[in-house]
Amino acid sequence: MAQAIPGKQKWWSGGKSPYNMEYGKVMMWFFLLSDAFTFGAFLISYGTVRFSSDSWPDPNHVFHSFPFMGDANLPLAFVSLMTFILIMSSVTMVLAVHEGHRMNKKGVIKWLSFTIIGGLFFLGSQAWEWTHLYHVGAWWGSNPFNNIDHTLANPNFTNFFFTITGFHGLHVTTGVILLIIALIMTLNGNFDRKGHYLMIEKIGLYWHFVDLVWVFVFLCFYLI
Amino acid sequence: MSHQQQHNPFAPEVTFPHPPPDNTKRIWRTFWILLFVTMAEVGLGLFLYANPSFGQGMVYFIKGLMVILTLAKAFYIIAIFMHLGDELRSFVLTLVFPTLLFIWFIIAFLWDGNSFKNLRNTYDPYRKEMYTTPVDQLPDHIKENVEFQKEGALH
Repeated sequence: MAQAIPGKQKWWSGGKSPYNMEYGKVMMWFFLLSDAFTFGAFLISYGTVRFSSDSWPDPNHVFHSFPFMGDANLPLAFVSLMTFILIMSSVTMVLAVHEGHRMNKKGVIKWLSFTIIGGLFFLGSQAWEWTHLYHVGAWWGSNPFNNIDHTLANPNFTNFFFTITGFHGLHVTTGVILLIIALIMTLNGNFDRKGHYLMIEKIGLYWHFVDLVWVFVFLCFYLI
Repeated sequence: MSHQQQHNPFAPEVTFPHPPPDNTKRIWRTFWILLFVTMAEVGLGLFLYANPSFGQGMVYFIKGLMVILTLAKAFYIIAIFMHLGDELRSFVLTLVFPTLLFIWFIIAFLWDGNSFKNLRNTYDPYRKEMYTTPVDQLPDHIKENVEFQKEGALH
């Protein structure tokens, strides 16, 4: 799957990128690795506290609401929709980068716009979820849900949930802001003038990372 | 409409420019894979929900499957959407190696958390009784005590 490169290259002899990759992209990857460790540390601390607890609330009973459906019991339905939206926005992002490679400004605008809409939809959904949970008494320091075996729960559950999804939401927000900036730059013809759409590619990497983190947050908080 | 880059003047540090394949087939195929894997995960979650009487072994097995499916999704997002699969092997390893160390981080801390639970349950029977008795069976004077809900408390 890796590149087909002719012969033996002296990659580290200087004067060129040792990874055959534009330096800006290399740095973005390194930043994403560090951010992955930050989220990883958060999730591991969540796992540690959970493993040190005798029991834990059942996500199927905690997360069972759906907007406009009142009291209907729909476990995992809303969060599955959120996951689908974010994955979809990742697909539209790849398509935007693809169009960028072909210097197709119209295509980039179209797919970037869809990605931004997906991101905003996700943020709105997360805001709804938070508001709903707040209204049933969940917040930092307050956990109304008992454990799966009906024993007393403690606020660790909600503390971790709001902190980690909040941190992730912050990343989605900055991602959407970056995407809007990228869209404005595309509309202004910046990339046509420069002759490349490399910026879109780098922001795309960040957006995929945001999706990736959500995949793990979805696993740790809603599934497991 | 394919854009043949020779030596890319905008990133001269790149020796062999390598644009990804020209069609979007790969992208949509990966989308379908991600969609079906997500549906499988949600299906497993609902399966667990519908069978509250499953033994611990079965529950762990299903959760293990969920973890594996999530790792598969992560692989596809990273390799295809982020194009890491198209990069030099040396770069892939630069990212993969610290992540392998990270796996040790995960195992060590979960093990530690579990050990903490076991030690605490051995040496603090009062706390153990409080947290392993169903809420409706707790004595009244405990139920009225809202100490646990104190803000920021890590129990």
